[in-house]
Amino acid sequence: MTSRNRLSGPLDDVAADAGHQHHPDRVGFFTDTSVCIGCKACEVACKEWNAVPEDGLDLLGMSFDNTGMLGADSWRHVAFVEQARPLGTGAGPEDLGMPSFARPGDGTGAETRTDFRWLMASDVCKHCTHAGCLDVCPTGALFRTEFGTVVVQQDICNGCGYCVSGCPYGVIDRRQHDGRAQKCTLCYDRLGDGMEPACAKACPTESIQFGRLDELRERADTRLARLHELGLSEARLYGRDPNDGVGGDGAFFLLLDEPEVYGLPPDPVVPTRDAPAMWRRAGAAAAAFALAGVGAFVAAAIGSAIGSAIGARR
Amino acid sequence: MTGQHQGEPAAGSANGHGGDRRAQMFQAGRRPGGGEPTVVPDAEFRSYYGRPVLKAPVWEWKIAAYLFAGGLAAGTAVVGAGADLTGRPQLRRASWLGSFAALLASMWFLVSDLGRPERFHHMLRVAKPTSPMSVGTWILTAFGPGVGAAAAAELIPPRWRRSWPARLLRTLSRPAGLFSAATAPGVASYTAVLLSHTAVPGWNEARGELPFVFVGSAAASGGGFGMLCAPLEEAGPARAFAAVGAAGELLASRVMEHRMGLVREVYQQGHPARLRRASELLTAAGLAGTALLAHRSRAGAAASGLALLAGSALQRFGVFHAGVESTKDPRYVVIPQRERLNRG
Repeated sequence: MTSRNRLSGPLDDVAADAGHQHHPDRVGFFTDTSVCIGCKACEVACKEWNAVPEDGLDLLGMSFDNTGMLGADSWRHVAFVEQARPLGTGAGPEDLGMPSFARPGDGTGAETRTDFRWLMASDVCKHCTHAGCLDVCPTGALFRTEFGTVVVQQDICNGCGYCVSGCPYGVIDRRQHDGRAQKCTLCYDRLGDGMEPACAKACPTESIQFGRLDELRERADTRLARLHELGLSEARLYGRDPNDGVGGDGAFFLLLDEPEVYGLPPDPVVPTRDAPAMWRRAGAAAAAFALAGVGAFVAAAIGSAIGSAIGARR
Repeated sequence: MTGQHQGEPAAGSANGHGGDRRAQMFQAGRRPGGGEPTVVPDAEFRSYYGRPVLKAPVWEWKIAAYLFAGGLAAGTAVVGAGADLTGRPQLRRASWLGSFAALLASMWFLVSDLGRPERFHHMLRVAKPTSPMSVGTWILTAFGPGVGAAAAAELIPPRWRRSWPARLLRTLSRPAGLFSAATAPGVASYTAVLLSHTAVPGWNEARGELPFVFVGSAAASGGGFGMLCAPLEEAGPARAFAAVGAAGELLASRVMEHRMGLVREVYQQGHPARLRRASELLTAAGLAGTALLAHRSRAGAAASGLALLAGSALQRFGVFHAGVESTKDPRYVVIPQRERLNRG
């Protein structure tokens, strides 16, 4: 199974596939967004621990989210989604209207109050089983750790930027004025000392859970079943499935709406999946190019031979 | 908690995907091309405040310029080696010098686009088949020295021709140049995989045809350069190479656009569309000039060659910018993926 799935699909032991012979179990995050309260402690803890630089205080004017998306200087990002619908029922959307100083419904009486819900989700690098960034890195700066995570070696990266376009989640980016690619390391330094990553440590509601990936997957399945029992039929796991386009994520999520609502791609695929087919097409094109080049000179030679033969006969 | 009611539907009705509940505020209806006619009917989709899902490529115009310069270096190397073997000294000289200049320009574009240019040699610490950039690095490493040797042999001043280093260089330059010409098809074609092997929808979805577009563009520019610089009686093979390349590029480019899904929009709107239209016109004009004028008029040959070179360059910039545009709007990521999921 493993040997057939070097480029895409399920992979039982990513660390062994990367050459780690004796290695700890694969670890990751299970981010249960149903208990996220949007406190952004994870964002702060991550910045503090990893000395991620400040990248400007920007009011995006769309929600309480002023981070926007993951990037070179944001390795955790809390998304805030405001929806005019109650938790757990299939009621249709309602218009919240413009924000005002009065509490909703105050002016008109309780019977006209509308339901709405907040979706909050702390996004992070997915540490994919088949990581697009890792596959395309031409220097070996990105590597698979013994924990099965994906990390950039800052002393190797030369800032070619290929990983930025290779990531189907839009996670990794090149840091301004530094020139190197930056992303979540899943606190590689802390893992080495047996500690959990800073974001999981700081999370006050255990929305961010760190642990062995197989155990997290079991825990997520139990949680999902429980939420479905409670009537939250829209709960779904994202990145849990080892058969998805990236072979499953090391950091996966429980979401309460479609992934795109949180800014996540609904069906990401590692570009490497199609690499053999792309190289076959390139090979065919290269052959056509060579043939055209040789043909151009051969045709000219034949042409002049015919021309001189005709000239000789005359 | 006022007003919050706990709905409790039966567990059996659990279906997270069901229902047509769309909060208006999460729909990004904006279009990148403004008021231009749309190719594909508007599809509804949801997004996070219309923000992009992917990161825009960090590559600048230099990478588009490299795509052209690398293709030109490959095309002229083929013409240079052929001219060497068939006794066309002026075509040979022009082509090897052109190839070397294009190669030097390529190197500069590639290295200066790095975030840490002084670390360019880190590319040489691994050979990695899953990274088209690593594969390309090694293809260029194989391609470069022969081009350098062949160009250096052309540049030996006459009074030094008899010296032993010059004779050694001239002896070596032919096999070295032939080796470079043998690797030139790799140089011309790998750049298509370089772009397609990404999550960028505009490049990834072109993966079937882009290699043919790029080798056609490389051949058109390589032959066009020979037509521009060599006399008519020597430039016959350059004309043939350019004509085949231009025709192939025009055809492959059309087929590529035709076969793309929703992301075709980025090729047919705004700046990328203008670049591609100009490229198509120039390449078609260059092709017509090559067929009708270039064998009898020096000026016609030069004009056709220039048109082909410009067409090739604009093709690369058009494809490059189309890809960049496709990362800026979440529709090109979300809609095709959502449709794929819905198909099951």
